[in-house]
Amino acid sequence: MTTIAEQQAAPKLTAKDFASNQEVKWCPGCGDYSILKQVQTVFPDFGVPKEDIVFISGIGCAARFTYYMDTYGMHSIHGRAAAIASGVKSLNPNLSVWMVSGDGDAFSIGGNHFIHLMRKNFDINYLVFNNQIYGLTKGQYSPTSEKGKVAKSTPYGSVEEPFNPSELALGAKASFVARSLDRDPKHMQMVLKRANEHKGTSFVEIYQNCPVFNDGTFFAYSEKETKKEQSLMLEHGKPLIFGATDNKGIKLDGTKPVIVDLNENGNSVNDLWVHDEHDKTKAHIIAGFFDTQYDGINYPRPFGVIYQEFRPTYEEGMQNQIDELIARKGKPSLDKILSGDKTWTIL
Amino acid sequence: MESVIDQKPGHVTSLVEADSIVIRFSGDSGDGMQLTGTQFTDTAAFFGKDISTFPEFPAEIRAPIGTTAGVSGFQVHFGSKEIFTPGDEYDVLVAMNSAALKVDLHQLKKGGIVIVNTAGFDKKNLGLAGYADGANPLEDGTLEGYTVHKIDVTKFTKECLAGSSLGMKEIERSKNMFVLGLLFWMFDESMDHTIAFINEKFAKKPDIAEANIKTLKAGWNYGDHTEIFVNRYKVAPAKLPKGVYRNISGNAATAIGLVAAAELSGLPLFLGSYPITPASDVLHELAKYKTSNVKTFQAEDEIAAICAAIGASYAGGLGVTTTSGPGMALKTEALGLATILEIPLLVIDIQRGGPSTGLPTKTEQSDLMQAMYGRHGEGPLPVIAACSPSDCFDTILEAARIATEHMTPVIVLTDGYIANGSEPWRFPAAADLKPFKVNFVTENNNPGGTFKPYKRDEKLSRPWVKPGTKELMHRIGGLEKQNETGNVSYDAKNHETMTRIRAEKIQKIADYIPLAKPDSGKDKGKLVVLGWGSTSGAIKTAVREAIAEGYDVSHVHLQHINPFPKNLGELLSNYDNLLIPEMNCGQLLQLIRAKYLLPAIGLSKVQGLPFTTSELKNKILEILKS
Ligand SMILES: Cc1ncc(C[n+]2csc(CCOP(=O)(O)OP(=O)(O)O)c2C)c(N)n1
Ligand code: SF4
Ligand SMILES: [Mg+2]
Repeated sequence: MTTIAEQQAAPKLTAKDFASNQEVKWCPGCGDYSILKQVQTVFPDFGVPKEDIVFISGIGCAARFTYYMDTYGMHSIHGRAAAIASGVKSLNPNLSVWMVSGDGDAFSIGGNHFIHLMRKNFDINYLVFNNQIYGLTKGQYSPTSEKGKVAKSTPYGSVEEPFNPSELALGAKASFVARSLDRDPKHMQMVLKRANEHKGTSFVEIYQNCPVFNDGTFFAYSEKETKKEQSLMLEHGKPLIFGATDNKGIKLDGTKPVIVDLNENGNSVNDLWVHDEHDKTKAHIIAGFFDTQYDGINYPRPFGVIYQEFRPTYEEGMQNQIDELIARKGKPSLDKILSGDKTWTIL
Repeated sequence: MESVIDQKPGHVTSLVEADSIVIRFSGDSGDGMQLTGTQFTDTAAFFGKDISTFPEFPAEIRAPIGTTAGVSGFQVHFGSKEIFTPGDEYDVLVAMNSAALKVDLHQLKKGGIVIVNTAGFDKKNLGLAGYADGANPLEDGTLEGYTVHKIDVTKFTKECLAGSSLGMKEIERSKNMFVLGLLFWMFDESMDHTIAFINEKFAKKPDIAEANIKTLKAGWNYGDHTEIFVNRYKVAPAKLPKGVYRNISGNAATAIGLVAAAELSGLPLFLGSYPITPASDVLHELAKYKTSNVKTFQAEDEIAAICAAIGASYAGGLGVTTTSGPGMALKTEALGLATILEIPLLVIDIQRGGPSTGLPTKTEQSDLMQAMYGRHGEGPLPVIAACSPSDCFDTILEAARIATEHMTPVIVLTDGYIANGSEPWRFPAAADLKPFKVNFVTENNNPGGTFKPYKRDEKLSRPWVKPGTKELMHRIGGLEKQNETGNVSYDAKNHETMTRIRAEKIQKIADYIPLAKPDSGKDKGKLVVLGWGSTSGAIKTAVREAIAEGYDVSHVHLQHINPFPKNLGELLSNYDNLLIPEMNCGQLLQLIRAKYLLPAIGLSKVQGLPFTTSELKNKILEILKS
């Protein structure tokens, strides 16, 4: 482990320092490139020595991420990164542990591990690159694909509902839930910093374009023409405003969100719902701006930190128990453990 | 130890000396037979007898009361001679109800003693046990040829506790203590150990403690004052090697072995596990060792359990996962990852009857092929097996040594029989255990260039670097790696090279393990019995008996199954005949035949039960006489 003095003495790292010597092999135009770039850009600011950073990924296009970071890392097996990362963090809580998964890796084969990771609350940052498709296996629909998705394995359209990842995470007791987008570098950098600062499992869903198998799925939220109308950029303490000319807002009528036109009927910014990251009830409502319609209205898709709560981490709980017991009872010698409580002697 | 009550018999009995005795406590799951058996065992062990036990539980926690499905048994074999098995047949059967008698009578020795609780033989209980209307084994001659003691244990317990503040349910629950007291009297054993146990267990519930002790003494006094028992039996202490002993079950030995392995290797211990019979007790036991800095992690499933253990090993710990057959199957994919990563990991499979849920509370050795070949792709791994409860300790140390020195997952096989069974253990002193300190790599093995995570030493084992180590950052993963650099490589020749290196590395372990030698008998002759795992006690007993009777037979027992000891083929070919008994359909048999092309004979048993000595001996004699 590096001491603080050593860290201060070391020259500040640059984005390049975090690039491994391996050639990056995603398809041209893949949204994963942007995510890699933003991660490499913000990491020097975190001030964590490279040797203390560990990336654990599952399998999929997204999961190749690990090979491209000049940190420690394990590219593991499909869906299980959460479980492996739990073991890493349990054993050495000093490591800064990051995970990368695709939507299939996180929510399909890894769905069980995902929910348990959220509830356990290790201090781990989990980046899920959601392209709403299985990229690596060449284009089957995924558990986040919209109903009716026509893909390789569903030539006549899928017949099932997708997961809403933010709701899933909240339901599983995530302590940090955020969403960002490959095509909004500044926003992604902000969310990555917030995730890094959060003590507990930070779940960051990143909408990622797969130009090969699911091109343009998120363009409504990223392209100039539609972006402002379709997305809701959340900021703690700020009112919920969206629209082409910031002309719309969201009000709460009891627990029912209502879209109002700020240029009509004397609607005022002062009456709008002010985002409170720490309000779980409201976080559930915001997370629900996904496939829920109120009176036939589609709500804008929220981006930013949807929810954050502060609670002890798993590894702290685990270590504290050990420390308290050792303080109270002392560490038994191996001889004592070997003999147990009841022995007899044969002379 | 000072005796609490006058142990002089109240009536004239004769004290019969016996070499060894087998008692079977049998009753409903709720009758406390496991506790009764354990207490008897602890006392007998404490007074220097050699011991082997065999607890047998039903698969259902609360099977319908009174039915044969709900019978729970505890068999203890204790003696003044060396004891290696819980015994083929019992000298004494305690049957607390009709179902218990029905299930267990068939293994009572001719002329043996049966003690029945008559309250368990009323019309209702007989019906529940499946006896035909009007039939009663206590009256219809079923017990002819046995010495039968019919006692209304339930009634005596109630009488003894009349006026106690306890409810009727709790009073009835004490009836096992009456039986235990009676058995202590019969075998001239002291009650002190059990009294101390009760006082400790119910320290916060003194009325329950008092009731139990009162009933225990009542049982003793019943034997002492009624004149129905004419004989008491005395088993002298065994001539065991001098030293300090404790009683140990296989699962407890496994847990302690893991704590010791952590200390000897200098690694922090991490157990990832998901509950499954009969492996859960290792998780329970280890969870108590927090003061030894043990981290236990109850995962959401077996996949997560092994993956967390892999993560812990990757981070520089001794990663361990415990399970049984079905869980082992779930771990298979991750085991492939650990194989290609080449990191230390202990995977402990405490086998039970399968496939699927099979016979979850019964024993079997049927996961050997799964351990040997249960991988996708070419991925041989070391497989080692424990042969007795206390041997689980040594086997775990051996597994941890191999895992860390050879940078590989190791599969350890035990089974329900030795996991739950117990025996006296002359435990080692910590100072006598050989350390195998792990030295993590902190220096670049490619000075001036990039660190090479797959550059190997003379064992073909690769460097173990903990994340957090300066300048040695590198990535590992499930994709095939370029030799030495560890970079992803899809090169055809490289894959073949790496596949062969990984296999050779495992084969090379044979240079670092002991040679095979006979456990009993000579190193050549007419017949060798080759065993592995928990059959050891029964084979040893059968072979030694046969040798004593003048037969030419030897016993070789394997701890290392992959790789086999280097001389195994040569040793086995020194005998005219080779017999391999297994609690499966012949899995080691196939391995041995395939590897050494020897015409081995199998003896197979798949009943969820261990071999009896006589089953083995009959087969040995059959071969020798043919
Ligand atoms: C056990 C197992 N099952 C299936 C696969 C095949 N597989 C690899 S990646 C993948 C899905 C990838 O989709 P996603 O997680 O969304 O990642 P993406 O490629 O889209 O980034 C599948 C099904 C595998 N590698 N392992
Ligand atoms: S298939 Fe899609 S997700 Fe995968 S690398 Fe290509 S563009 Fe990216
Ligand atoms: Mg995907």
